[in-house]
Amino acid sequence: MVPFAGFEMPLLYTSILEEHRAVRSSAGLFDVSHMGEIRLRGRDALATAQLLFSNDVAGTEVGRVRYGLLCLEDGGVVDDVTLYRAGEDEVLFCVNASNIAEDLAWMREVQRMSGLACEIIDESAETALLALQGPRALALVAPLLPPDTRPPRRWRFVQTQLAGIPVWLSRTGYTGEDGYEMYTRSERVVALWDALREAGGEALSPAGLGARDTLRTEMAYPLYGHELDREHNPVEAGLERFLAFGRGFSGEAALRRVCERGPEQRLAGLLLEGRQVARSGYPILAEARIGTITSGTYGPSVERSIALGYLEARYAEPGSCIAVEVRGRGIPCKVTKTPFYGRKG
Amino acid sequence: MQSHKNAILRQEGLMAAKTFDIPDDCRYSRSDEWIRIDGTSARVGITDYAQTELSDIVFVELPEVGNQVEAGETFGVVESVKAVNDLLSPVSGEIVEVHQSLEEHPEWINENPYGRGWIICIAPEDLDAIDGLLSPEDYRAYVKERSDK
Repeated sequence: MVPFAGFEMPLLYTSILEEHRAVRSSAGLFDVSHMGEIRLRGRDALATAQLLFSNDVAGTEVGRVRYGLLCLEDGGVVDDVTLYRAGEDEVLFCVNASNIAEDLAWMREVQRMSGLACEIIDESAETALLALQGPRALALVAPLLPPDTRPPRRWRFVQTQLAGIPVWLSRTGYTGEDGYEMYTRSERVVALWDALREAGGEALSPAGLGARDTLRTEMAYPLYGHELDREHNPVEAGLERFLAFGRGFSGEAALRRVCERGPEQRLAGLLLEGRQVARSGYPILAEARIGTITSGTYGPSVERSIALGYLEARYAEPGSCIAVEVRGRGIPCKVTKTPFYGRKG
Repeated sequence: MQSHKNAILRQEGLMAAKTFDIPDDCRYSRSDEWIRIDGTSARVGITDYAQTELSDIVFVELPEVGNQVEAGETFGVVESVKAVNDLLSPVSGEIVEVHQSLEEHPEWINENPYGRGWIICIAPEDLDAIDGLLSPEDYRAYVKERSDK
């Protein structure tokens, strides 16, 4: 068990590798209630959200979800978040556990400077979140829905009930597999966990943070504190497609300049020779040091040692042969296209 | 909030005290290696407690046969998805055999740490030095001390 942003989190229930494979081949259930939920409500909620959020807010219709960044004026990343369009004048941000306090402070500062009117409400403590991920997730959830309810499509959510428990059912995830994230009130989450475990039977494995990390690394999804922080911008991180230029979000001008000039460093995917793991902080080498690993693991589904890291932009093209320094030795590696893992079928 | 987490963990059996296999025919180091005398040499691996803590071993860096090692010195590395750990020799001596198959099957250490998961065979300079290591009872107490935390 690891302490994580004030929670004791299970890194694994049985085995990281088994839990990972269960998610890829059948279904896994994660308790990710540590994630934060911040609601913006009121006349100017959408305008405030657009000042904060790098992706298109107005274009996110009620019932839709979008991924984006909260950026400082210089383009540094405060957090990476999903935005739920809850109503005409209401959105909910799902944010990283370790950033809840910083996000709230930043949101309130932006709101104060803008003079816009909306409530900013931290609902993290009373909100729990389970993620059901894997090819069998859909079949598993369907029988628990009320008879007249259809499950949402990708990047959409519905307010409904599962086994009689009120939830926001969102067709999103952090694993690269199809599946759902389910928001509910904290006092109902144990009942929801039990209902899903019972419905899932042998097809469903509980899965911990360890598998969550190997799954997201195979997809090259960034993790705040590793690939993203206030010192790196979304262009360097390869997240340009989540920047809706022209909307007036914080950091837009600075990021436009980075796009025009081209970033000096880029986040790249690396495939290592052999099975040694390149861990966060390890140096990336060419003739000299050219970068730093941000995440690395053995990819259970790609069956290779994989890593993400920032390196000088001229080395970041796929096919580029470089090395990672592991315990004083240079281990050869190749820059590769991401994601590392491609879903079958 | 924490209370619901604990309820789920309890249900999934994660709050129960774990028990670890600690065979009587081995001696143990404080860095969680086991050593078992086998004729004039001694086999070395990591304990059930160590493999449980590491979980999911994916890589083992092995030494060369013929290398001399000192007690407490690093002779290799074991990496799991979670963490990387040095392997420390419980005694001084010469490495006479290396379990090469672990390069292809590092998971054997998880599956059978005292059998198929053995790592090296060492010819100790002084066989009596093994008696100075932790007995199974002492090691059991040492594991309990840490796993009860």
